[in-house]
Amino acid sequence: METTLPWIILLSPLASAVLILLFAHRSKPLSVGLSLAAVFAALGATLLIASGTSVLQTSATWIDLGPAFHLNIGLKVDALTRVMLLVVTGIGALVHVYSTVYMAEDEGKARFFGSLSLFMFSMLGIVLADNLAMMFIFWELVGVSSFLLIGHWFTKPSAAKAANKAFLTNRIGDFGFMSGILLVWAATGSVEFSGIQDNLGKLTANPGLLTLAGLCLFCGAVGKSAQVPLHVWLPDAMEGPTPVSALIHAATMVAAGVYMLARIFFILEPSPAALGVIAAVGALTAVLAALMATQQDDIKRILAYSTLSQLGLMVTGVGVGAWGASMFHLFTHAFFKALLFLGSGAVIHALHHEQNIWKMGGLKKTMPKTFLTFAIGTLALTGTPGLAGFFSKDAILLAAWHKSTLVFGAALFTSLLTAFYMTRLVVVAFMGEARPPEAKHGHDCPAAMTLPLIILAVLSVISGYEFFARSVFGAELFHAVHAAEHVSMVPVLAISVFVIGTLGAWILYRGREKDPVKIPLFGNKFYIDELYAALIAGTQDLLASFSGWFDHFILDGVIVRGLSGLTWGAGYTLRLLQFGNLQGYAFLFGTGVVVLLYMLIK
Amino acid sequence: MNQLTLNHYLLASGLLFSLGFAGVMLRRNIITIFMCLELMLNAANLSLVAFSRFHVGADGLPNYNAQVLVFFIITVAAAEVALGLAIIVALYRARQTTHVEDIQSLKF
Repeated sequence: METTLPWIILLSPLASAVLILLFAHRSKPLSVGLSLAAVFAALGATLLIASGTSVLQTSATWIDLGPAFHLNIGLKVDALTRVMLLVVTGIGALVHVYSTVYMAEDEGKARFFGSLSLFMFSMLGIVLADNLAMMFIFWELVGVSSFLLIGHWFTKPSAAKAANKAFLTNRIGDFGFMSGILLVWAATGSVEFSGIQDNLGKLTANPGLLTLAGLCLFCGAVGKSAQVPLHVWLPDAMEGPTPVSALIHAATMVAAGVYMLARIFFILEPSPAALGVIAAVGALTAVLAALMATQQDDIKRILAYSTLSQLGLMVTGVGVGAWGASMFHLFTHAFFKALLFLGSGAVIHALHHEQNIWKMGGLKKTMPKTFLTFAIGTLALTGTPGLAGFFSKDAILLAAWHKSTLVFGAALFTSLLTAFYMTRLVVVAFMGEARPPEAKHGHDCPAAMTLPLIILAVLSVISGYEFFARSVFGAELFHAVHAAEHVSMVPVLAISVFVIGTLGAWILYRGREKDPVKIPLFGNKFYIDELYAALIAGTQDLLASFSGWFDHFILDGVIVRGLSGLTWGAGYTLRLLQFGNLQGYAFLFGTGVVVLLYMLIK
Repeated sequence: MNQLTLNHYLLASGLLFSLGFAGVMLRRNIITIFMCLELMLNAANLSLVAFSRFHVGADGLPNYNAQVLVFFIITVAAAEVALGLAIIVALYRARQTTHVEDIQSLKF
């Protein structure tokens, strides 16, 4: 019985996706019903599984090529899986409920829910997979469903472009991921986590290969979790519907990279070089994204950069060896970031798709419930003592403190900026007076949208506390979360940067009509998009001009025209012999005979 | 001393052949050229007959192979004359000339 539960979790969203996309897409209520039923079935099975503590493993033979290669379709449920399952199905269920209202008027509602079910299936596949090959397949499937959902409003050119950008950028990371899987398989002869662990000695015997494999696998996380330099797709992915941003681009899919790193941490651990690179990339992402967030005006983009920055923090956590702390931050971040996105969705919904925070203001009065929950989410994210984000960020900061001052400094600076830009967002959008008259018409949304906000707000408060976290993570994993030795200096520093950041933004932005600070470098995302565009355009131009030259001079010139010219020239020369004089021909003939005879006789 | 040897015949044949060839090269009237061609063929016939006469086998008979070849050449020449003259007549009807210099259109 227990081993069928993982299959129920995995296959019910698949069934829903198939039924909706093949049969039920003509009927919106039926599609919504199927999708909701599937996600709640998965949630129910997850809750049943989560109550246990044993490691469940179930598998069926998939590919059997004798002793050389054997692969199972295997599902594995351990403590790490349980945490992710709860996050994915829990937030998934809330987002489904929220979407029934948010997408109520949408033309493609059935398609939306079908894609959402497909995403749930793929994401749960990543979580449950017991080998890298399956994980990679589901990894690609979440990419596909993310593509479908970002491009949900595909008639809008920006949405279609964003979907392409996300998909293509992820391809680069996925190529690295696949190379990493192949390297690991070549070295250990297995792609199953348990098999790799058993044969890890073969990999660690060659430190260079180990580092290379670790970094290749990390490439997958760089793409999916949008780390520098492949971070450019995530802000653009905000073109998708807001519930999608909350579920996929804040809580679950982008966190899959961190989850994967935690899963394969035993491969990374023996290679300090790989861990160093991971920590550096994570810290760089955290700081850069936080700087970019300070100068954005689009409510969803601020949250997107904040997500980037927090993901950077989680990756940093893995890099300094504290994967448990990273998972803890992933867990709490999923709640409050989903809350913030859904809250922003409520604002956008109420203001008829207005996303610029400078065209809001005063929403505190007109949307009290949304404001309250959004404020809780903000406080949790900025690391207010007593809320979830404080505990989980503290765990990562502690681990960084023990490892490297530079990384710790970067993480601390990120926390400062986080407090700053989130306070800016709340002050500008919710406080003060409504700037344009339209912003006065804000109103709280129906219960199906506010209820998920309230549930997530409660979770954002309690998920950091030990009693809650310990019951979700289990005793053993919880120990890994708080592996780092406690230093009282760290929370003191964390609280002080929180206070500085919040107060700074409060003083700077309170009662402002427009942004008093203009830093084009941050506002334009360090011109990285432009740089890529120039780089890609430049490379393409170079390649194109070379191809043009090759085509023009080598193919057309030497091969085509050269051959035809040679034939033509030979023909032209030879036809000079056809001069039409009968006696001339006879003379040539006679001369020929004489020459032949001479040669014969000689 | 005054006996005719093979070389005399071959010399005469060569002279005839050269005369014919020179005629083909130098004359402008196509019928004359045609006659010179016949001259060349007959030069060849002469040398063949001479070879036949001077290559006597062990049985005292001349080598008839060469004579058979001569008959072939005469036959072919007759056929060639018939065909060639027909062409020349047709050519003359078309162009009103038998001068080779006026018939040079078969070229590029």
